[in-house]
Amino acid sequence: MVLPLPLTRSKPTAESPVEFMARSHRLRWYELLPWVVAAGAFLVYPSYLALGAQVMIMVLFALSLDLIMGYAGIVTLGHAAFFGVGAYTAGLLAVHGWGEPISALFVSAAVAGVVGAISGYIVLRTTGLTLLMLTLAVVSMLNEAANKAGSITGGADGLQGITLQPLLGLFRFDLYGRVAYIYCALVLFAVWLLVRLLVHSPFGRSLTGVRENLVRMHAIGAPVHRRMVTAYAIGAALAGIAGALQAQTTQFVALNVMSFDLSGAVLIMLILGGVGRLYGAFLGAPLYMVAQDMLSRLDPVYWFFWIGLLLVMVVMFARGGVLGVGDVIWHRLKK
Amino acid sequence: MRKLKSLLGLSCLAGAMLALPLAAKAAETVKVGLILSYSGQAAASVEEMDKAIRLYVKQHESELGDIKLELIRRDDTGPNPDMARRLAQELITRDKVNLLTGFYFTPNINAVAPLATEAKVPVVIMNAATSSSIRLSPYLVRVSFTEWQQGYPLGQWAAKQGMKNAYTAVTDYAPGHDVEASFSKAFSDAGGKIVGQVRMPLKNPDYIPFLQRIKDEKPEALLMFVPGSKDATAVMKAYSELGLQQAGIHLVATQDCVPDDELPNMGDVAPGVVTIGNYSVSATRPANVAFVAAWKKEYGPDSVPNFFAVGAYDGMAAIFDVVKAQKGKIDPDKTMELLKHWKNDNSPRGPIMIDPETRDIVQNMYLRRLEKVNGKLANVEFETIPMVHDMWPKLNPETPAH
Amino acid sequence: MSQILPAIVSILFHGVAYAMILYVVSVGLSVTMGLMGFANLAHGVFAMFGGYITVNLMNDYGVPFLPALVVAVVVVAAASVVLERLLYAKLYNAGEIEQVLFTIGLIFMSIAVTKFLWGPSPQHLTLPDSLKGEIQILGRSFPTYRAFIIVLGCVIAFSLWAAIERTRFGARIRASVDNRRMAKSVGINTDRLFSLSFALGSGLAALGGGVGAEILAIHPAYAIEHLVYFLIVVSVGGMGSIRGPFLAALLLGVSDTACKYLFPEIGAFFIYVALFAALLWRPAGLFGRA
Repeated sequence: MVLPLPLTRSKPTAESPVEFMARSHRLRWYELLPWVVAAGAFLVYPSYLALGAQVMIMVLFALSLDLIMGYAGIVTLGHAAFFGVGAYTAGLLAVHGWGEPISALFVSAAVAGVVGAISGYIVLRTTGLTLLMLTLAVVSMLNEAANKAGSITGGADGLQGITLQPLLGLFRFDLYGRVAYIYCALVLFAVWLLVRLLVHSPFGRSLTGVRENLVRMHAIGAPVHRRMVTAYAIGAALAGIAGALQAQTTQFVALNVMSFDLSGAVLIMLILGGVGRLYGAFLGAPLYMVAQDMLSRLDPVYWFFWIGLLLVMVVMFARGGVLGVGDVIWHRLKK
Repeated sequence: MRKLKSLLGLSCLAGAMLALPLAAKAAETVKVGLILSYSGQAAASVEEMDKAIRLYVKQHESELGDIKLELIRRDDTGPNPDMARRLAQELITRDKVNLLTGFYFTPNINAVAPLATEAKVPVVIMNAATSSSIRLSPYLVRVSFTEWQQGYPLGQWAAKQGMKNAYTAVTDYAPGHDVEASFSKAFSDAGGKIVGQVRMPLKNPDYIPFLQRIKDEKPEALLMFVPGSKDATAVMKAYSELGLQQAGIHLVATQDCVPDDELPNMGDVAPGVVTIGNYSVSATRPANVAFVAAWKKEYGPDSVPNFFAVGAYDGMAAIFDVVKAQKGKIDPDKTMELLKHWKNDNSPRGPIMIDPETRDIVQNMYLRRLEKVNGKLANVEFETIPMVHDMWPKLNPETPAH
Repeated sequence: MSQILPAIVSILFHGVAYAMILYVVSVGLSVTMGLMGFANLAHGVFAMFGGYITVNLMNDYGVPFLPALVVAVVVVAAASVVLERLLYAKLYNAGEIEQVLFTIGLIFMSIAVTKFLWGPSPQHLTLPDSLKGEIQILGRSFPTYRAFIIVLGCVIAFSLWAAIERTRFGARIRASVDNRRMAKSVGINTDRLFSLSFALGSGLAALGGGVGAEILAIHPAYAIEHLVYFLIVVSVGGMGSIRGPFLAALLLGVSDTACKYLFPEIGAFFIYVALFAALLWRPAGLFGRA
């Protein structure tokens, strides 16, 4: 087996746990592909940089969901709550004079992480439909709160007047989105390194354990609830970074950053790419967004049909998303 | 590199290619980016706007001579400012549009305004009716209407009819707040009293509870505003179902509650309801009669234009005029000068002009009564308030940027 | 007192009418989720098509209200069985995630299809004359249409309860909800039971969509716009029960109406806070059996 597959239970092998951990953590050539593509796209498609930056923000957002859903096995319909908290934090900081973008990212991550920890501590006692509804209730409550606090957030009209200082004091955010693109790419790269480190760490392994066999994890005395809340809070913080990037690059925050619709969209992107494998986000988000961009261009009125058909087809014929299909093909070829 | 580009880009470019002009060698090509909410909650109203745009182009294309006007349509899917902004950014940087137009929702134009300033791209707003939006960039001009243009004269009129107290019920977003504020200001300045107000959520399945509350309170007048389309019929039916009119509560509303194309859906709702608006399809001005006839010829006898359509129609007229005046060579600042002094004495809604100070529309407002004409509901104009300016800028002088 | 009493009557009346529509549409979803363990987010699609067919038959073909409703229910129920056998059945053993993705896909497609067939505008029911206007009850006037809905909802709720508690078919359903494998091993044809109850649930949804078209307006985004409310009814009511969703719908309908009437400023916020608190207190639903 070449791919490190967290979805399949690891087979008993002769190697020691230390060797196994080291092997799965080793960097492989294909892991650099997204970055080659990102750099290539910058050179080849200078006029698609705005879309490119949006795609990378969604990749980051989907990646944060993968940590929660793919590794810790928590299915949520409210992940946009943390994206929204991050976006409003960064937006409000910039409106009130804190125009330095990078420090604002850290603040946004911290605020979203705290909200994630608190809400996770409360809702993660439940599972299944109840958990879905509770996460949905969280995102809806925050959305309503932001809507009602119009004097602070701008309500349904959106938060205006975000002005940013140049990046590192040198690079102004330009109309063509060059600086925004590079900024998003670098942040995404840093977060990716962090998540990669995390899922291959003992902590990440124990999360997979929670997902695969909850009873056994309880039996061996693992602090399951605490692990899940920690993962949830980290995922929330990363989603907060994605939201902050969105607020900074579009210089506008609207209520839809904190909506059920966005929670659903990011879920779709991740599942399209493949859940629980770190790279599903890198495939699913671009696939969904480019498909949406193209379809809505070709057929502005009925493009929903084609997106819907794509989803149904994926479930019917391509279980496990793009990466799942890749697996199947790979294993067929090997036989 | 070239090979890589063709390989990678095949799919992505396919979409962009479709937008390329076929007659690329025409003398001048003017590109206009049209951002509207083709899908989502406003789809029905936006379809009216797009019909008006197609009709205007068809009627007047020949006037452009060999100038090619290319409309690039984009769907911002609803009140979705991030998307509107990204689409505008792409239209500016990728498609190199000379003008932007459309914009159904206020938040969307608000998000796009800073881009217009930065890229110096004139924007013709075809709908979004919040007064303050226009100040967000010197490159915006509005041809539709503002809610202050409706609410303020309506408040004055209601007080003049001897109504002493009023309850306001508006949808909870910027245009609704504008209607509430403008009506309340005019009504109380004229001696009336606002006895209660409610802001109803934007996403709202049922209006009955709000109206039942108002019925139980028994005010003399009820001011109402909801976004057009689906909400209009729902709220009007709720008004008639609960028998508010029989209970002696006079409904006064903006035209958003009675779009002409929705009237056939409303059944027998409350004849006699007074609304204010800049356009009614039943107006008998020759320009309007011709407009409606052309519309019905194009889209069938059952299709009627409404005030959304007229905003889009006049928006296209403004764009055509500046294109013709510059012979297809669009200079942003010259375009803004032309737009600021643009006027049309013969729009389907009567004479209109742009106020060069505010870049906002000046137009007649009409008081209309909902009546049965030949067995069908119609908004019959009975009083004209000539050339109404938006009152909001006068009451809210611009504060210097801090 | 003269102020308070009319307010309470208004809230109860409109809240219960709203609740009945929510109940009739959602009860099928509760059964699907309880019986088959299927997270069918696309349940509202059946209600929407029920509404479209009813309105279309009435407005374009002059069919009276009740026959139009019957046709809508039959057509939607039949179509839903085809869907269930062809597509849903393949996913009974799939994960929650696949089911969610699949049904969201169906919703998206339904948005485009309805827009293509009937245009983007909302469809409006032309009520028969007997349901127009107001009726007098105890010296107060109420809209006839909503009074009709309350009566109809109660009749349906009672019939369903009787069918589930008093018939063989109902006993089989209860057995399968409690323990699917055991039910199968004692000779219950669960496949057929699934199809039947799926058809029943979809048919009821179609009825709710048609009858309630004046309360929940029929337009292409119907299935997604009201999804959250349907899910609240099911999750608070407890999956797989008949009584639970009824009580949950009443609670939701009346409290939603009360909020709009009394505290419009915080209406939606309160509903979500209440949902949050209710599910934390009783994770299996307020009226669930767990």
